[in-house]
Amino acid sequence: MKIAIASGKGGTGKTTVAVNFALALEDVQLFDCDVEEPNCHLFLGFDLEPVEEVACLVPEINPDLCTLCRECASFCKYNALAALPNKILSFPSLCHGCGGCSYICPAEAIEEKPRLIGMIEKASSKNSLTFYRGILNIGEVMATPVIRALQRHIDESRPVILDSPPGTACPVLTVMGYADYCVLVTESTPFGFHDFLLALEAARALKLPVGVVLNRDGVGDSRVEDFCRAKGIPILLRIPDERMIARLYSEGIPFIKEMPEWKEKFRNMLKTINTVICKSEGV
Amino acid sequence: MKICISASGKELDSEVDPKFGRCNYFVLIDPDTGAVTSIKNPGSEASSGAGIRAAEAIVRAGAEILLTGSVGPNSFSVLSEAGIEIYSGIRGTVDFALEEYKSGKLVVLKGPNSSPSKA
Repeated sequence: MKIAIASGKGGTGKTTVAVNFALALEDVQLFDCDVEEPNCHLFLGFDLEPVEEVACLVPEINPDLCTLCRECASFCKYNALAALPNKILSFPSLCHGCGGCSYICPAEAIEEKPRLIGMIEKASSKNSLTFYRGILNIGEVMATPVIRALQRHIDESRPVILDSPPGTACPVLTVMGYADYCVLVTESTPFGFHDFLLALEAARALKLPVGVVLNRDGVGDSRVEDFCRAKGIPILLRIPDERMIARLYSEGIPFIKEMPEWKEKFRNMLKTINTVICKSEGV
Repeated sequence: MKICISASGKELDSEVDPKFGRCNYFVLIDPDTGAVTSIKNPGSEASSGAGIRAAEAIVRAGAEILLTGSVGPNSFSVLSEAGIEIYSGIRGTVDFALEEYKSGKLVVLKGPNSSPSKA
């Protein structure tokens, strides 16, 4: 079972939910897929060790073989190659590593060379929770290959919680596309609701069952709740707008550690999700 | 010799567009013959590398001097590799920018003066 914790808007509480959810369960894995700015470790305090480096294959053009036919540059949808009258310029940071240029080159002048863009780390095995995270190197824009590399470390035989990046762009779709269920964390404010709808649309496009966690419940209005009721979307959990929770967050402490009564609530959330997944798989 | 100006339209009386990579058109003027041509900027709607595609296009169109506003590092490296002289600070219409260039009011750009838009 793979559960993505996502939201349209940033700062709605994805990491709070993912970390507390993971700590409430037993024998679960937590993967921080927000590789552009992973932050789960701030709340876990685990020692991390490197697992592997992530590379993207980028073109290297052999000027002796290149005929300047410009087919590579016109093929590249990301404009990572520029064909000048006397040479081809390449911009590795824009390359998505599809390999199309080297495939299409009639002169076989393009070789693909790995370029490091990030790395994967994990918590040392002495911790009770299996925790992995990906890191995209500063200045890089290609989050997707790092997320894919991270996903290869998931043990499919055990439940995994995937802390997703915010938004609805490629990195989020890479996380959602791998999940069986999507928990959308939102707050009932105009911005929260607006971006929740975008994230919902993304999850729907991927035919992913969705449930909602209302964070900072009590602020704003009832627009998310009204919408969910009308559309039959389950509200899995409400995290109140409470000073204690905010204070623990600011100190980097998962609130479940100081407020053990929440353990049961998160476990019940897993049960609800389980039922939905079983139904959708026809079990 | 051709002078290239980033613009929002194709004519001499079109407004200039100081954003090099994302402008709609490039107006090309041959100051010797007065001939005016224009090309659509292939980078204007690119998902990434707009300036690279734009720079490639004006090199191919034979531009030797570029009058524009902001140029990012990727565009700058293509333009300087191709030996194009860049002037920044354009305003008003294409015609007006050309006059300002001729009277020496535009400044030579010696390095990129904007960041690339994120992919």
